Amino acid sequence: MSQTTSTGAKSGAKHGAAEAAERWLHMYYQMLQIRFFEDQVNDLYRTARMPGLAHLYSGEEAVAVGVCAALRRDDYITSTHRGHGHCLAKGARVDRMFAELLGKESGYCKGKGGSMHIADQDTGNLGANAIVGGSAGIATGAAFSSRWRKSDQVTVCFFGEGALGQGMLYEVMNMASLWKLPIIYVCENNLYNEYTHFSETTAGNLAERAKAFAIPAEEIDGQDARAVFAAAERMVARARTGEGPSFMVANTYRYHGHHVGDISRSYYRPPEEEGFWKTQRDPIELLGDWLVSEQVADTDQLADLRQKAKSDVEAGVQFGLSAPFPAESEVTQDVYA
Amino acid sequence: MRTITYRDALREAIAEEMRRNDRVYIMGEDIAGYGGTYAVTKGLFEEFGEKRVKDTPLAEEIIIGTAIGSAIGGLRPIAELMTMNFSLLASDLIINSAAKFRYMFGGQPSIPMVIRMPGGGGAQRGAQHSQMLESMFAHIPGLKLVMPATPYDAKGMLKSAIRDEDPILFVEHELLYSVKGEVPDEGEEYTVPLNRGIVRREGKDVTLVTFSRMMHICLQAAEELAKEGIEAEVIDLRSIRPIDLDLVLESLRKTNRVVVAEEGWKYYGTGQGIAALIYEHGFDWLDAPIGHVTGKDVPMPYSKSLEQLALPARNDVIAAVKAIVPQPAGAR
Ligand SMILES: Cc1ncc(C[n+]2csc(CCOP(=O)(O)OP(=O)(O)O)c2C)c(N)n1
Repeated sequence: MSQTTSTGAKSGAKHGAAEAAERWLHMYYQMLQIRFFEDQVNDLYRTARMPGLAHLYSGEEAVAVGVCAALRRDDYITSTHRGHGHCLAKGARVDRMFAELLGKESGYCKGKGGSMHIADQDTGNLGANAIVGGSAGIATGAAFSSRWRKSDQVTVCFFGEGALGQGMLYEVMNMASLWKLPIIYVCENNLYNEYTHFSETTAGNLAERAKAFAIPAEEIDGQDARAVFAAAERMVARARTGEGPSFMVANTYRYHGHHVGDISRSYYRPPEEEGFWKTQRDPIELLGDWLVSEQVADTDQLADLRQKAKSDVEAGVQFGLSAPFPAESEVTQDVYA
Repeated sequence: MRTITYRDALREAIAEEMRRNDRVYIMGEDIAGYGGTYAVTKGLFEEFGEKRVKDTPLAEEIIIGTAIGSAIGGLRPIAELMTMNFSLLASDLIINSAAKFRYMFGGQPSIPMVIRMPGGGGAQRGAQHSQMLESMFAHIPGLKLVMPATPYDAKGMLKSAIRDEDPILFVEHELLYSVKGEVPDEGEEYTVPLNRGIVRREGKDVTLVTFSRMMHICLQAAEELAKEGIEAEVIDLRSIRPIDLDLVLESLRKTNRVVVAEEGWKYYGTGQGIAALIYEHGFDWLDAPIGHVTGKDVPMPYSKSLEQLALPARNDVIAAVKAIVPQPAGAR
């Protein structure tokens, strides 16, 4: 079952055509929003208005957006150091995201978290963990809490393939399977752990790992937002009905460096490879082309969405730049309740 | 003598020891092809090859676990942890195994292993990437822990550490890698012991006991204080465990006043441990309570404005000194 699954045209069976169209367009918009957001982040770094160590999600948008489209607002996610896309896909506002990245009071974490640590409990985002694999137990515990409370909330644990090196992933999969927890482990395989190809650090097949714990696993084309959505819907349905965890490997690619400061990259990955993904496998283009060819939208509509996403992001960055820094007294706040 | 960076000094130490002993090898995340997050291992892969410069999976626990096992098996591993923050994932193996085996097994295994890792904040890396956690490990019998502040010591102490028969935590600082200092010419053999502090600046009015990056801040503070007629003696401990207490007490007998300055947190940490030792062994020479400069008692905030407030700075050292040193005549 670990073959690449193509979009289930049937996945919309219970959705009306209009509802489906609205969803695809929203997903298209969200992907653009993430793309423009990350472009701005890169710019803020390059113009020395923001410190380094921001890890951009550009290229991987379809994964967060496709998965979160299958979630409700009260479902939980946990995120990673490369987390901007997860936050936005789960419903965070760009202005407060920028404010956080710029260390401002109005940021999601009052400027105390930063790029690698955004949490937004209102949208179910339990927080980004900059310790690779660090969310695995926490996400599993959140799933345990919803099962315990007899809520049908689902938890998604996002992580990069590098986290498969950490033992905790296997420990939680074992437990989640035994306890039939409503959790989906989403492995975003963007091919590199920092500057090393994953094949040099990761033996064997990724999806097979989950199967050893009797957790159903699917390997998905992570550039195809509809395929991601369809798989996520299946996994969410399984979790909501108490059948237990699932594991998704989403094959994807990051367009920029490991972090914003990683600019000359040719020694670890060829520019042709980057070019291939950007021109042939771009998730936004792929969805846009499909929307037009299926006559869900015309090019004017898509251009409008693009413009809207762009101005939304531009307004957000202005908000962040002009927002005030936290008061000095904030430094000692919130250590304890 | 030449002037080189702390980073280059570390690399030279590793390369020289690898040439000297073919059982020495280094492993860590992204250290081979990439040359390490802080570029310490750049070029080593080219010289020593895959067998001795090894990229590992992203798993701190196995880096330390295999380092311990291979050390028992006769190799001399240098394990690089990308940052000290990630040592927490391997802390069980460091504390429950590396530190204990020699004693628990009646003196049997030697674990000649060096764990290199940078700690510290100041680069807006956020709460999980800015910690100075040496206290946690310095607490543990069976571990040695050193924190060189200069390129000279970085090279000399790393060479000693690689030759040592015990597990050594070698704590660097993210903001020290580009600091330059004098180091003997390449090939000119020297080592620095792992249990000796050093007086960096002489003074008669107060002793500043410090280590790692904070040492440089103390030196700056001492220069400022000198303009106001206060002469501070600055002791760079270099080694946290074992600690060179004799050097501290010798200085105390001259100055009768001490300020301990560190980047880490206040409670139950290195500085308090040092202060307690001074009270225990040097109480009669103290003319004032020991001053203590630390980072704020909070996780590191990300925002630049807050991070600067959370980190101990030159002015904090100056204020702590002035609080216990009588102001010279004429000064306000
Ligand atoms: C426990 C731990 N070890 C090392 C790091 C440093 N680090 C940050 S990101 C990263 C690579 C992560 O690769 P992957 O999980 O595939 O995510 P990607 O960056 O590719 O999205 C590493 C080694 C860390 N943050 N946490």
